[in-house]
Amino acid sequence: MATTADQFQGHVADHGHDHGHDHPGFFARWFMSTNHKDIGTMYLIFAIIAGIIGGAFSGMMRVELAEPGIQYLDMFAKWFGAENPDFTTTLHTWNVLITAHGLIMVFFMVMPAIIGGFGNWFVPIMIGAPDMAFPRMNNISFWLTVAGFISLLCSAFVPGGTGLGAGTGWTVYAPLSTYGSPGPAVDFGIFALHLSGAGSIMGAINFITTIFNMRAPGMTLHKMPLFVWSVLVTAFLLLLSLPVLAAAITMLLTDRNFGTTFFDPAGGGDPVLYQHLFWFFGHPEVYIMILPGFGIISQIISTFSKKPVFGYLGMAYAMVAIGVVGFIVWAHHMYSTGLSVNTKMYFTAATMVIAVPTGVKIFSWIATMWGGSMEFKSPMIWAIGFIFLFTVGGVTGVVLANGGVDDNLHDTYYVVAHFHYVLSLGAVTALFAGFYYWFPKMSGKMHSEFLSYVHFAVFFVGVNMIFFPMHFLGMQGMPRRYPDYPEAFTYWNHIATIGYMVMAASLVVWFVNIAYAFLAGRKAEDNYWGEGATTLEWTLTSPPPFHQFETLPVIEEAAHH
Amino acid sequence: MISGHIARSPRLLGKACIFSAAAFLAAPALAQEEGSYTPMTPTEGVGMPTPGGIGFQDQYSPLGEYALQIHNYALMPIITIITLFVLALLIWVVVRYNRRANPVASKTSHNTAIEVVWTILPVFILLGIAVPSIDLIAKQYKPAPKEALTIKVTGNQWFWTYGYPDNGEFEVISNMLNIPGQPVINNGVREVGSQAWDGPSHLEVDNRLVVPAGEPIRLQITAADVIHSFAVPSLWFKLDAVPGRINEKVLFVEKPGVYYGQCSELCGAKHGYMPIALEALPREKYNQWVLTHPGAVIDGREEPAAAAPAGEGETVPADMPEDAATEAAV
Repeated sequence: MATTADQFQGHVADHGHDHGHDHPGFFARWFMSTNHKDIGTMYLIFAIIAGIIGGAFSGMMRVELAEPGIQYLDMFAKWFGAENPDFTTTLHTWNVLITAHGLIMVFFMVMPAIIGGFGNWFVPIMIGAPDMAFPRMNNISFWLTVAGFISLLCSAFVPGGTGLGAGTGWTVYAPLSTYGSPGPAVDFGIFALHLSGAGSIMGAINFITTIFNMRAPGMTLHKMPLFVWSVLVTAFLLLLSLPVLAAAITMLLTDRNFGTTFFDPAGGGDPVLYQHLFWFFGHPEVYIMILPGFGIISQIISTFSKKPVFGYLGMAYAMVAIGVVGFIVWAHHMYSTGLSVNTKMYFTAATMVIAVPTGVKIFSWIATMWGGSMEFKSPMIWAIGFIFLFTVGGVTGVVLANGGVDDNLHDTYYVVAHFHYVLSLGAVTALFAGFYYWFPKMSGKMHSEFLSYVHFAVFFVGVNMIFFPMHFLGMQGMPRRYPDYPEAFTYWNHIATIGYMVMAASLVVWFVNIAYAFLAGRKAEDNYWGEGATTLEWTLTSPPPFHQFETLPVIEEAAHH
Repeated sequence: MISGHIARSPRLLGKACIFSAAAFLAAPALAQEEGSYTPMTPTEGVGMPTPGGIGFQDQYSPLGEYALQIHNYALMPIITIITLFVLALLIWVVVRYNRRANPVASKTSHNTAIEVVWTILPVFILLGIAVPSIDLIAKQYKPAPKEALTIKVTGNQWFWTYGYPDNGEFEVISNMLNIPGQPVINNGVREVGSQAWDGPSHLEVDNRLVVPAGEPIRLQITAADVIHSFAVPSLWFKLDAVPGRINEKVLFVEKPGVYYGQCSELCGAKHGYMPIALEALPREKYNQWVLTHPGAVIDGREEPAAAAPAGEGETVPADMPEDAATEAAV
């Protein structure tokens, strides 16, 4: 962090943008920050740290799954502090790993990076605003996320029923999460969700207010860059869905600790009610993770095709449509719970509708490239990779949407493959695309394009090796959340584990690239991507001054998309 | 509390469970015969995953075959074509519209006609998928005929119990067989491979769920503690076992055989070690298996119907996990 701070300060001084009254000391700058760029940087660093931990957990899972039988879980249980774990405790560690991996990647890696990081950094700049609407609330949003993460990490070291840590899955289904998991671990996990959820709600309020009230003169809603549109839609999804999660997990807390029976049939409650509440949040949540990625990809495709985005209005309102329909499809996560026949038919039909606006987006990206003069700089390579991988993940979603077909695929590795194609290969690929697109803008240093290509190639091979075979495993019937499996599943599991190692190697290339940029990278120009880059961040220095747009820019007719 | 749930969701309940006995002839003569049973030896590749397999398991129920056809002849071709189409478009634009091949970018940013086409066309494709898909759901929800045999499945941490209310209310407890070289998972249970008829490790159990083949069976599924899910991939069957609720679905196994499945809802530490082994037998052999249990009868549905007061008796089957639910609440 110190290095980053020095870079920023030094560069700002070089350009003489600093007016001398904004040089907070290290502590004031990074712990009491009200600057959207600094907070964005902290979100990105936080997301990288959380991602390393969450990624390490998936590595532990993959190594255990390389062969049938239990080989490493015993060791992992001891790492978490269990002394002489018996077999049940050892197996409990597996559930802790899958739970922590899911929660960390969703709440502490993808969301902080894509909304907190890139959203904070570039939404104000792209609409020509000096900062977010509520800078101090922005700061507390970030620190609540950190507090939530610490709460989640604490949960791994306290009792959670059959062993240390919360082993409920990231969905925290009752009654496994209530009377099925005595001990404080699940409470810590619930607090983690409460804290980071409160942070996200405040972040959403901040984004909505900023986008509605702080656009520069001439920046009408229909002229906003699509990344800003994507964050606006995402913020509404957060604002409307997170309170429902908060209510559901609060009911879990009172069921666990205060004798209520919201989800306990013995007191008139219903375990399936929890699933309805959770997925009313949970389905919008998956769009919360991917929509800002759509926005990033739109910016990149337009920049490197040297063309405005094709069908801008269609693209913006396709995201709005995905957001709206995303709220009325939740029970497709619950096809096997015993829904009534009409409910299942409705959710099958409604879920398939989502494919329409998603298709509009895919085709519009391709139409943006059509007729363009494309340059294959690193962000563009990642963006093209995104389109293909997201398509693969999308079409398996169409298969899963069919309630009758899902009877055989529900809770199998096919589902794991599906949501990793749209998230691990979709959202994360968009994150890397955005990273290479904006890293020089944020740091003032150019990364190595060569290393970026190597990173992409190795990552692409690795993630496909991990996740494509999971379709086969799922169709063959391998259930998810299993630490062990029959011999017949060995072959593809082994391939997936090798794929993990390939993917992990690509991350080493990424870290080397970051180090290279800071140590030896050449200075980034204001607009290092050239004529195609037309949004407002390219009118600023790299990195931008500590405070930008003290005189508001004026957006002319027919300007930036 | 359990009856409240059941009363609210009559469709999920086998109302005929106890009262339909009149449809069957009582068979006191059979009841006196000796029962006999040797577990069936499973066939390699039937009802179980195949090493390195890349598709669905072969299906052994009519609706499983129907669903598999929808997947193989509608869904799979459509998604493959869409993916290849997108890939081809991507390759085309990369080759044709790169900086060297096309130095000056066009200014086109709208084309209403094509935007309408790529919105409407997917709608028609989806409608084409929806028709068989909705039909499949309708068929899957068709209730079992009145005279169908009822079997009750209960998920427990971490084993299954199978109740036979129509055959004298005996209950079978089904534990996974221990795996050689691994810590003991179920105390007092033998290791897999110690009998000639044992199937694959991780899937074989000490007492299988034995059902008659070639006739519809009403499976009523519930749980005693947390949520489990009863799943048999080769029969296209998956239904959650939820405490306090009875989920019902028709099972129809076309031919005798052993069909394996695994618990499919995270239920705690040993979630991975409570498989399902379903053995379908011809009716006569099923009857003989039934008679190996003390007090069992081939069709015992008449007696409780006569004994139970109307309305009350049906709501809580004899072995509903009332105790378990109460325990859990404490």
